[in-house]
Amino acid sequence: MTGIDFILAHYNYSASIILMALGFYIVISRGNLIKKIVGLNLFQVSVFMLYISMGKVSGGTAPILTGKPELFSNPLPHVLILTAIVVGVATTAIGLALIVRIKDAYGVIEEDEILVMDRAREQLDARSG
Amino acid sequence: MIIRLQNLLSVVMLSGVFSLLSAGMFVTLDAVDVAFTEAAVGAGLTTILFLGALALTGSAEKAPRQRSPLPLIVMAVLAAILIYGVIGLPPFGSADAPAHRYVMPEYISGTQTQIGIPNIVSAVLASYRGFDTLGETGVIFTAGIGVILLLRRRLAPRVSPPEDDAG
Repeated sequence: MTGIDFILAHYNYSASIILMALGFYIVISRGNLIKKIVGLNLFQVSVFMLYISMGKVSGGTAPILTGKPELFSNPLPHVLILTAIVVGVATTAIGLALIVRIKDAYGVIEEDEILVMDRAREQLDARSG
Repeated sequence: MIIRLQNLLSVVMLSGVFSLLSAGMFVTLDAVDVAFTEAAVGAGLTTILFLGALALTGSAEKAPRQRSPLPLIVMAVLAAILIYGVIGLPPFGSADAPAHRYVMPEYISGTQTQIGIPNIVSAVLASYRGFDTLGETGVIFTAGIGVILLLRRRLAPRVSPPEDDAG
């Protein structure tokens, strides 16, 4: 298989990887905690896409038995991703609850400002203790 | 767009739209169960959770003070490594990919004879891999408890706690 054909036959993986890289970039480059969680969600959906596209069979149908012999797409990735979507919401909820608490404690949800406050607090503690 | 925008409300809305579009894409990839879960949970519930959190924390992001090239480099290197890894994977839609060869035929034939329901995804989810689903329920339970514990201390000292939908 030559270069162009290879890329065309594997475009689903490349698309997932590009989305995943974007999500990862948001997580590591942005200071706002809510935006980090949005990035994490983007990352997650890219992984879902990777799995679902791996389960696709050309000419296959949705894995529901109709009585006729048919070619089905692979149901196993679908099951795994169903579980992953729900677990993803659970982690998002925990993350957002933590952010709400951080907002209460610090008054901001920007990572760099929180770090500055933490350092100032440590210096105070070191001086008094 | 999601990266550049500094109005977090727009960011959250766009990510909801993205989630809904990805649900449409799952339909075209024959994963109907995943599509409706993504549309209901990913696009619906997650967006509501985000909106609840935004209501409690404010929706303006501060402009980043200095741009460091490091995250961009890390991202590019990671993407390059992963794209290199694609070389070993089977082409999109091939019927003889390793993923389709081992337990999948058994699940498809077994759903008819052993479980007796038409939806193979439900059969695998609730029966063949029922313990996975039990574990998932455990995770959700733990997460629910965690959210309640985190937010209860916050609401305790107030006289009339406001309605809180972040759980």
